[in-house]
Amino acid sequence: MNSEFPRMRAMGERAILIEFEPEISEKTLEKVLFYKNKIEDHYFKVKVEVINTYNSLLVYYVYTIENVYDEVLTLKGLFEGTKITKNTTVQLYNIPVCYDTEFGLDLKLISREKNLSLDQIIRLHTQPIYTVYFIGFLPGFLYLGGLDKKLQISRKIHPRMEVQKGAVGIGENQTGIYPKSSPGGWQIIGNSPVPLFDKNRLPPCEISAGDKVKFYQISKSEFLKISEEIKEGKFQFKKVDYEGGN
Amino acid sequence: MKAEIEVLQPGLFSTIQDPGRRGFLKYGIPMSGVMDFYAAKFANLILRNNPDSAVLEITQMGPKLRFSHPVKISICGALLSPKINNFPIQNNRVYKIEAGDELSFGKREVGCRAYLAISGGFKTKKVLKSRSWFEGVTDNFKLIKSLKLPYESTNESKTETNTSIKFISEYLATSEIEVFPGPEFDLLSESEQEILRSHNFSIDKNNNRMAIQLQEIVENTLKPIITGPVLPGTVQLTPSGKLIVLMRDCQTTGGYPRVIQLSETGMNKIAQKIIGECVSFAFLG
Repeated sequence: MNSEFPRMRAMGERAILIEFEPEISEKTLEKVLFYKNKIEDHYFKVKVEVINTYNSLLVYYVYTIENVYDEVLTLKGLFEGTKITKNTTVQLYNIPVCYDTEFGLDLKLISREKNLSLDQIIRLHTQPIYTVYFIGFLPGFLYLGGLDKKLQISRKIHPRMEVQKGAVGIGENQTGIYPKSSPGGWQIIGNSPVPLFDKNRLPPCEISAGDKVKFYQISKSEFLKISEEIKEGKFQFKKVDYEGGN
Repeated sequence: MKAEIEVLQPGLFSTIQDPGRRGFLKYGIPMSGVMDFYAAKFANLILRNNPDSAVLEITQMGPKLRFSHPVKISICGALLSPKINNFPIQNNRVYKIEAGDELSFGKREVGCRAYLAISGGFKTKKVLKSRSWFEGVTDNFKLIKSLKLPYESTNESKTETNTSIKFISEYLATSEIEVFPGPEFDLLSESEQEILRSHNFSIDKNNNRMAIQLQEIVENTLKPIITGPVLPGTVQLTPSGKLIVLMRDCQTTGGYPRVIQLSETGMNKIAQKIIGECVSFAFLG
């Protein structure tokens, strides 16, 4: 590893930022998550938190780092001579979405602008296997990669003051689910009843960085049935081990 | 009967805080925690509490509170003219409270946030391993009228304090904030860097526990970054030139260039500034 990356430097007194090639790709994500695991394993007994984004890791220490230079050396040591292996515990989550126009507030707009029928939009959205790059923005908000180019559409010029909890939206090349009601600028195509964030559970989010997501269409009555199951505590995510397509 | 504080008047904005949530950043959950660690820790220390005990963080205009049982309290940080049963009391001292006593606040003298500590700490509910209030995570996210805050009553009459430590209050009024260059600082032109090093910036009306905006515009040609990690103390520079100082309740990721990172002391200091007050950045390292 004699290239410019990964680059490591202190970010304040309690964190070290590790940056990889500035690109959004599964290859970079694999690398990022591989080293994330290595750091977490190494610091098992020390209290550090490691978060990842597309091409960065942030190692956050509970206390002030006494010697940044030593710490960077330790981290570099972890990175040396190791062959990047694929995470073998990836789960594929099948997530139900109701694309009823009652929820899909912007379906008609997308249909007009992209010259696609509602069925075509739904097919394009439910076909891909999306990759969870990381969780950020809001508790439980998944940054998903893999949206079909035909569905890419710009954000709303005037963001909505309130987007419903569970709303499924598209913004540029991203798609995602609002884990709670919040202001938002994405074009809304449906709603998913599944709980992406539950403060009363440990861990509070079932899905994590590196996992895969596939959407499937449900009717309004199925939506209500699943919502009922969630209320009664009977709901379980539909998931399978993901072997990978490559 | 349980010992509890009843909120008679909520004041402007108060929340229960401890050092914050640890271990949940990867789920997009903010750290939260006290805005001024120095003052909160001191309030606990003089009560001989665990320094991580939960305190009430009080912003500018304090609440009016009634205690159901005897206990000891202390107040540190901003000077907000505290009174017990209308009798003025001082910051940085331990007071004995009797059942039925009322604590209220008056005129703000200096600083923005005061910390009320109580023997044994506030015993409000822990959610995800912390008592820090945050909307969407804890049931309560700010003090409201009639709310009850549980605590443990102590009848110990001694109010002696740990006199070997002294609260250094000068920081409440200083404008110099210690900072480090942020990850994207080097991408700024020399003249843009110089503006950050030498200019004064004033606190905007948009300031809360998530972020403090600064009023002055720093024109820049920086491009957005690929969404990356941010922390409390990260200063983002928007394309329109606004500086946004992220604070304890901030998001975990962001796409604006991160030009500055505040030191821990710097964060404590800026947490004590109110709208219109000035800060300047003193670069360390």
